[in-house]
Amino acid sequence: MAAKPVLLLACGNPSRGDDALGPLLLDALAEHVDPDLVESVTDFQLQIEHSLDLQDRQLVIFIDASVREPSFEFTMLTPAPALSHTTHALSPAALLGVYRSLHGLPPPAYLLSIGGHSFELGEALSPAAQANLAQATRFALDLLQGSPTEMAACAAKLAVTPSVNG
Amino acid sequence: MYEHLETAANPAGLKRVAVDPVSRVEGHGKVTLLLDDQNRVQQARLHIVEFRGFEKFIQGRPYWELPVLVQRLCGICPVSHHLAAAKAIDQLVGVDPADLPPAADKLRRLLHFGQVLQSHALHFFYLSSPDLLFGFDSEIGQRSVVAVLADHPDIGLQGVKLRKYGQEVIRMVSGKRVHGTGAIPGGMNKPLSCEERDYLLQDIGQIMDWAQAAVALVKHLHGANRPFNDQFATIRSNYLSLVNADGALELYHGGIRAKNADGATLFDHYDYCDYQDLIREEVRSWTYMKFPYLSALGKAEGWYRVGPLARVNNCDFIDTPLAEAARVEFKQHLADPALVHSTLAFHWARMIELLHCAERIEQLLADPDLLSSDLVAQGSKRYEGIGVIEAPRGTLFHHYQVDDNDIVTKANLIVSTTSNNTGMNESVRQVAAEYLSGRELTEPLLNQLEVAIRAYDPCLSCATHAVGKMPLQVELVDADGQVIDRLIRHSNGEFARGDAV
Repeated sequence: MAAKPVLLLACGNPSRGDDALGPLLLDALAEHVDPDLVESVTDFQLQIEHSLDLQDRQLVIFIDASVREPSFEFTMLTPAPALSHTTHALSPAALLGVYRSLHGLPPPAYLLSIGGHSFELGEALSPAAQANLAQATRFALDLLQGSPTEMAACAAKLAVTPSVNG
Repeated sequence: MYEHLETAANPAGLKRVAVDPVSRVEGHGKVTLLLDDQNRVQQARLHIVEFRGFEKFIQGRPYWELPVLVQRLCGICPVSHHLAAAKAIDQLVGVDPADLPPAADKLRRLLHFGQVLQSHALHFFYLSSPDLLFGFDSEIGQRSVVAVLADHPDIGLQGVKLRKYGQEVIRMVSGKRVHGTGAIPGGMNKPLSCEERDYLLQDIGQIMDWAQAAVALVKHLHGANRPFNDQFATIRSNYLSLVNADGALELYHGGIRAKNADGATLFDHYDYCDYQDLIREEVRSWTYMKFPYLSALGKAEGWYRVGPLARVNNCDFIDTPLAEAARVEFKQHLADPALVHSTLAFHWARMIELLHCAERIEQLLADPDLLSSDLVAQGSKRYEGIGVIEAPRGTLFHHYQVDDNDIVTKANLIVSTTSNNTGMNESVRQVAAEYLSGRELTEPLLNQLEVAIRAYDPCLSCATHAVGKMPLQVELVDADGQVIDRLIRHSNGEFARGDAV
């Protein structure tokens, strides 16, 4: 089966408070994006085999909770050396680095990071994260309109400074 | 043994070194060392720094939510929790293992073999092969799977694709890569379709070849420096695992067998529903992780190890030909009279199990029962259910009690890594005593502690991550509590010496 041109790859555990932000964003988008164009994938964390999911895409957007961001941020990614010895989960940029080592130039890729504050098992989404999720959802809905080419152009226009670390 | 290093006789005046968090394991743990003025190790401990509260998370929920809910306990072995919970919940609806329809039993086994295959591939190729291929003291930037992909692209790519295949098995059986809903009370919710079976059959021949190559690789790596590999982090212990009724290696359902360090059988084919008569758990003040032990032997002598090494040690044989041949060779090569105690042999045993999983997947895909729609058995409600399986890391216990409204009133989980707690601490103390004590500590030396822990494939668990978390910081603190040296490993992989950030 041919890969859909746009991949949304969300990371997070739905039962760990604000770590659920990524999967919840995909839930919010589900009925509003073209299923023939956009594939949504959720996992707990990024691993090297996710590089295989990036093949034959025109646009890839990673979605993750972040302890850094005040609300949300949309960042263009560049491949980074994946010196991933601190944990066996990879950063999005490191995953692009893996892709580059396996397959060559990766597709255009971005990180939509959404601010989270609390990540304990069994917690619900925090009020601040709920507000951040609403903002990020509106942003993503605006971006994911039109053809894949138009989405990619929109992403390039809206992204902030390329991130080194992802 | 090295239990004298668990608690220093006089901790005042000793220097403290912390490896926090331990890297390339799942979750958060740290190692602390107390050193005297000559850098001799006086105390070494592996701590678990996050209280997980699994039981509280589960209590108060209706039992039918559990097969999905418990998958969120862990990002690495959600299917293991899913199946252990499903076996316990079968009992809550009055269905014993023998009553499960054959198709449901085989689908669950297929799901489990996919899970073990992908988990073992993850651990060996992603987490451990850098240490084994490049050396424990290799340059830190080289100790990653990306370096493996660069220097040994064939090995690295085989690891990626083995894991991917295991995940595809999970996806075909449960409908999703994560949070699937394959197992339900009393059975499974869907058969495998012909298309799904054929999809998995396409690649199984290649997977078999790579699994055999993985066994050959780990055998080669172990043999390349055998005296060291046989001794590093090695301890003598009891072993506990499920076995089949005929004594074969068993991952999904069986009785409990335990052997002592000399290979004598302590008990055999023990009904896991009576596990509380068998196992006690000790709490110690310095870590959140409990210390299980066999109650008949007591706290000091009753601790045991679980996981691939325990299973391959405990079983009489493996009921697939290639894995059985590999097991025989494993036992001959590591010629302890009865059992293999080498901690690094966990890797070898893990790859033998990976090969076994590939063989069993191939067998199951040829079984027409997988296509049957007779998938659910029914019985009369019970108020207590216990499910035990062999998860990738070892024996996993789920135990629930429910009330008249089907709400879980009590939950007790013994996860595999908890059973290995004493073993991991003993291995840490062995490495600290034999390889670190008296030497100036460097990052490669500290990595040896992590290599010892990593061999157990611990799931210190959390499944939480977020951008910006998980740096590593190692501090050397003098007797007055002043930080006199600091090593920092950032989340982007950069390593620095100096002030913390």
